[in-house]
Amino acid sequence: MFADWPILSLTIWLPIIGGFMVIASGDREANATRWTALIISVLTFLVSLPLWFGFDSSTAQMQFVERMDWIPLFNIEYYLGVDGISMPLIILTTFITPLVVIAGWEVIKYKPALYMAAFLIMEGVMVGVFAALDAMLFYVFWEAMLIPMFIIIGVWGGPNRVYATIKFFLYTFLGSVFMLVALIYMYYQSGNFEILGFHDLKLGHTEQILIFIAFLLAFAVKVPMWPVHTWLPDAHVEAPTGGSVILAAIMLKIGGYGFLRFSLPITPDASHTLDWLIIGMSLIAVVYIGFVALIQQDMKKLIAYSSIAHMGFVTLGFYIVFIVGQSAGSGAALGVEGGMVQMVSHGFISAAMFLCVGVLYDRMHSRQINDYGGVVNTMPVFAAFMVFFAMANAGLPGTSGFVGEFMVILASFRADFWYAVLASTTLIIGAAYTLWMVKRVVFGDVANDNVAALQDINGREYIVLGTLAAAVLVLGLWPAPLVEVMDASVNNLLQHISVSKL
Amino acid sequence: MENIYLLIVLAPLVGAILAGFLGGSLGRKGAHWVTSTGVGISAVLSLYVLKRFMFDDQEVFNGAVYTWMVSDGLHMEVGFLVDQLTAVMISVVTFVSFCVHIYTIGYMADDEHNWPKTSLAGKNSYQRFFSYISLFTFSMLMLVMANNFMQLFFGWEAVGLVSYLLIGFWSVRPTAIFANLKAFLVNRVGDFGFILGIAAVAMYFNSLDYHEVFAMAPSLADTQIQIWGDSSWSLMSLIGILLFIGAMGKSAQVPLHVWLPDSMEGPTPISALIHAATMVTAGIFMVARMSPLYELSETALTFVLVIGATTAFFTGLIGIVQNDIKRVVAYSTLSQLGYMMVALGVSAYAAGIFHLMTHAFFKALLFLAAGSVIIGMHHDQDIRNMGGVKKYMPITYWTSLVGSLALIGFPGFSGFFSKDAIIEAVHHSNIAGAGYAYVLVVAGVFVTALYSFRMFFLVFHGEGPRDEHAKAHLHESPKVVTIPLILLAIPSVIIGYMTIDAMLFGDWFKGVLYVLPEHDTLAAVQGMVHSSNGMLAHTYASVPFYLAMGGLFVAWYIYMKNPEIADKIKTMAAPLHTLLDKKYWFDEAYQFVFAGGSRLLGKFLWLAGDRGVIDGLAVNGSAFSVGWLAGIIRHLQSGYLYHYAIAMILGLTLMLGWFVFA
Repeated sequence: MFADWPILSLTIWLPIIGGFMVIASGDREANATRWTALIISVLTFLVSLPLWFGFDSSTAQMQFVERMDWIPLFNIEYYLGVDGISMPLIILTTFITPLVVIAGWEVIKYKPALYMAAFLIMEGVMVGVFAALDAMLFYVFWEAMLIPMFIIIGVWGGPNRVYATIKFFLYTFLGSVFMLVALIYMYYQSGNFEILGFHDLKLGHTEQILIFIAFLLAFAVKVPMWPVHTWLPDAHVEAPTGGSVILAAIMLKIGGYGFLRFSLPITPDASHTLDWLIIGMSLIAVVYIGFVALIQQDMKKLIAYSSIAHMGFVTLGFYIVFIVGQSAGSGAALGVEGGMVQMVSHGFISAAMFLCVGVLYDRMHSRQINDYGGVVNTMPVFAAFMVFFAMANAGLPGTSGFVGEFMVILASFRADFWYAVLASTTLIIGAAYTLWMVKRVVFGDVANDNVAALQDINGREYIVLGTLAAAVLVLGLWPAPLVEVMDASVNNLLQHISVSKL
Repeated sequence: MENIYLLIVLAPLVGAILAGFLGGSLGRKGAHWVTSTGVGISAVLSLYVLKRFMFDDQEVFNGAVYTWMVSDGLHMEVGFLVDQLTAVMISVVTFVSFCVHIYTIGYMADDEHNWPKTSLAGKNSYQRFFSYISLFTFSMLMLVMANNFMQLFFGWEAVGLVSYLLIGFWSVRPTAIFANLKAFLVNRVGDFGFILGIAAVAMYFNSLDYHEVFAMAPSLADTQIQIWGDSSWSLMSLIGILLFIGAMGKSAQVPLHVWLPDSMEGPTPISALIHAATMVTAGIFMVARMSPLYELSETALTFVLVIGATTAFFTGLIGIVQNDIKRVVAYSTLSQLGYMMVALGVSAYAAGIFHLMTHAFFKALLFLAAGSVIIGMHHDQDIRNMGGVKKYMPITYWTSLVGSLALIGFPGFSGFFSKDAIIEAVHHSNIAGAGYAYVLVVAGVFVTALYSFRMFFLVFHGEGPRDEHAKAHLHESPKVVTIPLILLAIPSVIIGYMTIDAMLFGDWFKGVLYVLPEHDTLAAVQGMVHSSNGMLAHTYASVPFYLAMGGLFVAWYIYMKNPEIADKIKTMAAPLHTLLDKKYWFDEAYQFVFAGGSRLLGKFLWLAGDRGVIDGLAVNGSAFSVGWLAGIIRHLQSGYLYHYAIAMILGLTLMLGWFVFA
């Protein structure tokens, strides 16, 4: 019934236009502004739901397609559509945004309208990235993402925000410029910017290697993969809570999505040749970054590093496909689907972890672990949430954090025993850095007067954390629907990359 | 029947959810009623299931509850396998859990005193405790009723979670939150192996379902794989050892045993339930459940045997020098878990499970009795301060005596049958390492009797408590505490005699535990002693009996008759005493190497890698280079006309020169 509706366009433009309306309404009626923003974001979520419920999971074809000319001179089209890979990420985006709006409700006193608008616009743009099937449209959305995030960190950020924003901007921009070159090159080869057309484009080995590297620069920075990850901890530390949530929960996923939508299908042979590189970078991310996270004193930095380690599972899951072989039952689909599940799950868990830190920061104005201790004595409800999310972050079965890691470990064992060994170290290191932080922050006797004066979470915070907790639990206890949705698309992708382009 | 199984699992979960989320409005009474009822329902139904298996030829149930996920043809389900092994396990778990629930009503009655007055975490802590122990029961039932590896891992980690929450229950105590983190991390080291074992199963069997895997196992028995260079490994050995590493964590086997003594920081009811009777035996259960896999690898069995025997003897020795009443019992638990592992190592799986069952009763009893003494002593746990408690706490005294006699294997008591069966099985085993294990498990009998009765005499006999104040307030614990003691004392005496003929010498585990004919040590034992009565008759010719009596006598002589001997021995064998007192320095070594090493490595990677090379050289370095280059180039744009004129003239000259001369 929804097939004829421009649902994707609505999901993209409703928050963007709404965002501009919020800016126009200004800061005088701050409360009305907040409500408007909330209504728009919830409405967007509702509008996006038909994507899930109306989705035909039996096919790998693009669905909810919208297509029209945009810049005919260069054959650039306004071409949208989703498959099982992009659809869950869009739902994730529309699910997280209302929570971010609620989380910033009272905390943001300075220019609340601009703050809310930035997140709404961000939402539309990110949905655009996932839905775009024209490479130029994709690129426009991709770069447009930087602007709201730049503003979010730059305006509401911490003391060192200028360094962080510039680092963030230059890092990501550097990567994406190479991607632009690659896209334009392929345009000259094929005559248009259709991404699905690029999939079938014949490319030589050297061309593929160069294109692969260009994409790698763009996506590895976004994920971020070791060693181009150092912008992330700085950006997180300086960003306001909402910024960190969006950054961790969704923006990082765009890098992972890029590998599935561009690198793998467009340059399968180069991916095959260079898979060792990605696997190596992923495993280093899991182990090296885990140890780095262990000794962080700043909670946000710790969670930022933990994000990098968890995203290592995503790229690991994607790139073992060439070693295990792409046939059914080989473990390739298990790896890719595991990486996808890990992305969605990390969206929930990292969002929740950053929100937990935000809850503490709003009260104490410190992110230093040493300033806390014994929070459970004054904030028992909050402590319950924090321990729960920490356990999810440590990959406890029954929470979503387990599902993706489990799938990727099972799959990587098929690739190489030692890959699985290195990946599994996350069971120990991940638990160590997360729970050691929990021990020092949540447990123990009340550490100081500031902790003694803490107030437990209010209804607003309860709703936000409770919603995420429910999501983490549901996905952990019953991941079947999510996996089912992506199955056809993933198998189609594997089918596609098993055929050499040479 | 399917609904009954579902109810057994879900009743404790419902109790846990209600007590956990509505604890405030339910109140203390409501919370302990709702959780105890839930576990009570489970216990009754479990016993009903057991009865059906015993008398009514109940069919084995193996079915899915729901599909967790299907990916790449790998079906992962949440489902139950209920056979004779499961029936025994759920009965033990729910019965002990029920006793512990009742006991907790008494033990935690004054829990508010354990919290600072202002602490909000101390509010409703009573309800929270009940919620946790019911949640534990649910998790443990999920573990033992699993019909696949995924759910096994779920239960495995879920019990670990609850154990973490309960060890650190009194979260204001630094020792408690150190112990729970340690317990979780050491368990995770085990799980690291465990998940790799599961991954190996998933890869080679392409299934995680027990029955499918077991059916396929013989066809893969000779599979060799290469994991390091050209040296080839037997697949079954690899799987067996990897899975066993998980069991070493959960069942606290050397060298992953270090967490269990520290776990005594948790309230005593959970030491009884989780760290003695049920959770720590999950590793034993798992290996027994996987007998079709372990039978195919003598390497793995030897590994299990050697680790088990080492644990059984050497941790028992530590028990002799401990002075904390709970830690003595904890080291005793370590040692007994070692015995169970030894049984598994010599393919006497049934004996392992049998000892698991008897141990669950008498060790839970000993812990709860210790807790009763602790209540009486106003939470003083040092046995040197006790003595003469017999007079004040008769029920605790007699039930403790029953538990201790069962533990040392006094003829007729449940521990006698289970421990002797293990020792005899080792005696008849030809597997590599059996000789080593035999010496240790036999010597361990003496050690067991020594530490058990050392504690027993120091606590209950002799002069009264040193502290006059404590003496004045010492009295028997309330009924909610003593009734569970009596409830547990009964099986501690009779369960061994009653069930050994069916479990070890009968066909109770036929088709459930799989033993190759050449490994069948229990058959050899049966050939010798025939039956329970035969075992009793055989007692007076067995070495362990005399060793146990010897240990008992030595304990009496040293600690009752001639107390100064104890000090003399301590000074004479000072290095040995230090070695045991320091627990072989495992804790210090781990703390230094692993905890310290990880922090050091983390710091190095962060400062040298992230900050130094990546940010310092590459990122900020490139930004700096751009700035530096711009700084130089800027000098060219000085704005002075004569600089530009000179540059033009020089340039022209060079160009002309090049054209002319080149």
